[in-house]
Amino acid sequence: MKMCGIISVIDKKKNPMDGTAVREALSIMNERGNGEGSGYAVYGAFPEFADYYAIHVFYDDLIGPKTAVEEELEKVGTIKHDEEIPTFEQPNLKKRHIPWRYFFQPNVSALGTTASEEDILVYLMKKVNTTIPGALIYSTGKNIAIFKAAGWPEDVANFYRIQDYEGYIWLSHNRYPTNTAGWWGGAHPFNLLDWSVVHNGEITSYGTNKRYLEGNGYVCTMHTDTEVVAYLTDLLQRQHELPPELAFKALAPPFWDEIDRMPEKERELNTALRMTYGPAMMNGPFAIVVASSEGIAGITDRIKLRPLVAAEKGDRLYLSSEEAAIHVMEPSPDRVWMPRAGEPVIGRVY
Amino acid sequence: MMKKTLTIDAKGMHYTPLNKEIRAAIKDGVTEIILENINGQRFIGNGLRGKDLTIIINGVPGGDLCMFMSGPTCIVHANAEHAPGNTMDRGKIYIHGTAGDAVAHSMRGGEVYVRDSIGYRGGIHMKEYKDKCPVLVVGEYARAFLGEYMAGGILIVLGRGKDQPPVDERGVGTGIHGGELYIRGEVPDHLLGIGAEKKPFTEDDREKIRPYIEKYCREFGVDEPELFSDEYVHIGPSSARPFAGKYCWE
Repeated sequence: MKMCGIISVIDKKKNPMDGTAVREALSIMNERGNGEGSGYAVYGAFPEFADYYAIHVFYDDLIGPKTAVEEELEKVGTIKHDEEIPTFEQPNLKKRHIPWRYFFQPNVSALGTTASEEDILVYLMKKVNTTIPGALIYSTGKNIAIFKAAGWPEDVANFYRIQDYEGYIWLSHNRYPTNTAGWWGGAHPFNLLDWSVVHNGEITSYGTNKRYLEGNGYVCTMHTDTEVVAYLTDLLQRQHELPPELAFKALAPPFWDEIDRMPEKERELNTALRMTYGPAMMNGPFAIVVASSEGIAGITDRIKLRPLVAAEKGDRLYLSSEEAAIHVMEPSPDRVWMPRAGEPVIGRVY
Repeated sequence: MMKKTLTIDAKGMHYTPLNKEIRAAIKDGVTEIILENINGQRFIGNGLRGKDLTIIINGVPGGDLCMFMSGPTCIVHANAEHAPGNTMDRGKIYIHGTAGDAVAHSMRGGEVYVRDSIGYRGGIHMKEYKDKCPVLVVGEYARAFLGEYMAGGILIVLGRGKDQPPVDERGVGTGIHGGELYIRGEVPDHLLGIGAEKKPFTEDDREKIRPYIEKYCREFGVDEPELFSDEYVHIGPSSARPFAGKYCWE
C-alpha cells in the first residue's frame, strides 16, 4: 500500500509565508512516509528573477554533466544567473546529487520553428533527461523553487533551509514509495513549467496515460507514476486551454451510470469529455494537489481511496491528507471539510 | 471504585511515549485520563481493556483511535481522523464533531457515536458474533460506500444535516452479507450497492434502534423527538453470499 502525506497552502492575496510552518505540518504525518523521499515547492520564491525560468538540475558530479547541460542551455537561450542551491549537511541525509539552479531566458527563434518559450523548456527537459547521463532537470517554472531529496521531511527541509524562502503557495509531500525505488528524482513535488504536483496513491492507468502523453511529445523519465499528472495537466490546461474544473473532470470523470442520470446538456458534455480524453483518465487510488502561479487544486480518485481534507482561514486555503497537519499551520480554521471524491477544490489568487 | 484522574499535556508529543504514559497510568489505577493539546497522535486507546476507564481527548486525535479497544469509554471534543473504532471489541467512542473515512472499520463489538458527519466507507466490514453486536450512529450524513462488505452490526444515520441528505453517494451496502443499516430520510434505489436491498421498517426495528438514539441524544445534548418517530429506511443483505456466483462456479 502506498501511503504518503500531503499538505499545501495558498494565500490568495499572495502574502508571503516562509517554510517554517509547512515543515512542522508535514513532519507530524511522518507515519505516512518512510524517509525515502520528501519535498517542497514554493511559488514566488525568486522575486529578483521572476521573469526567468528557474531550471533546477540534479548533477551527479560537476565535471561532465554540468558542462554538457550548460552547452544545451546556451544553444537555445541565455543564462541570466546560476548558482549551486545552498544545502546544509544533515546527519540522516546522504547528499547523492548536487542541486543547481539556472535563471534562464529561452530564445524563441533558436529551434527555427514556431516553438513558444514553454516548448523550448519542454524540449530542454527531454533532451537533458534522456541524453545527458548524470544530469536531471526536475523543475522549469518561473519564480518557483523545488526542494526535494531522499529523506524524512524535517531532514530535507533543514538540508535546504526552507525557512529561508518565502512564497504565497507551498506544496509539500512525504513519500512512501512502493512500486519503484525511492530516489531524489522520484521525490515529490514534480514540476513542469508552471505546474507542480504532489500525489498520494498510485496511478494504475500509468501505462495508458504514458502512451497518450508520449504521442503528444512528452517523455516520462522519473521512474514513477506521478509525473504523468504534471504532464497531463500541462497538456490539458496549457496546450488545450481547458479550465481547471474541466481538466480535472477529464482526469477523474463521473461513472457512466451517473452520466446516464444527468440532464441532457450535462450528459452531452460529460460524454464528450470521456470520449475525447479516455486515455487521460486516471485510474487507481489517488489524492493529488496541483499548483500553478494562479492557484492550487486538490482532488481524489472517484471512489475515494486516499484521504484529502480542506480548510479555510481568511485568504488561506489548506489541503492535506490529515486534518491535524492543518491545525499545526492554522489552529483555528474558519471551516474544515472533506471534499467529495472526484470533485476538485480550487483556491485561486485574487 | 474511587475515581482517579490524570491529565496529560500531549503538545508536540509523539504517539509512542503518549500511549506508553496512558498504559502506565492505567496500571497505576487511574480511571479517567484527560488528554490536552492532542493533535494527530495515532493509536490512542489501542487495545485498552476494562470498563471503568474513561479517556477524554481535547484536540484532533490521529487515525485508528481505540483500535482493538475492549471496554473503556473515549470522548473526543473535536473531529477525528480515519478509522476510529477500528476492530473495536467493547466500549464506547463519542466524537463531538466529524470523523474521516472508514469509521468503525471491521468493528466487532461496542458503540461508536459521531455527532456530525463521517467520510467514505463508514462501517466497512462491521461484523457480529453471538452476543457481540457493534453499533455505529452518525448524526448528520455519510459519504459513498456506507456499510460496505458489512457482515453484522447496526449502522444508524440520523440525517440531521441541514440541506444535506443522509447519504447521496453510490454504493450503500455494497457486498453486505449481514447486519442492518437504518437511515432517516430518503435513499434513492440507485444508490444501493450490489447485494443490498431495502426491507420493511417494523416496530421491532424501531425498538431495536431506540436505545442507541437515546444515547446519542444524551451525549450530544440533542432534543429532537422526530428522531424517534420518523420513518427510517431499513437496508440489509439480499443474501448471505452476495458474490457466490462471482468467485465460484459450483
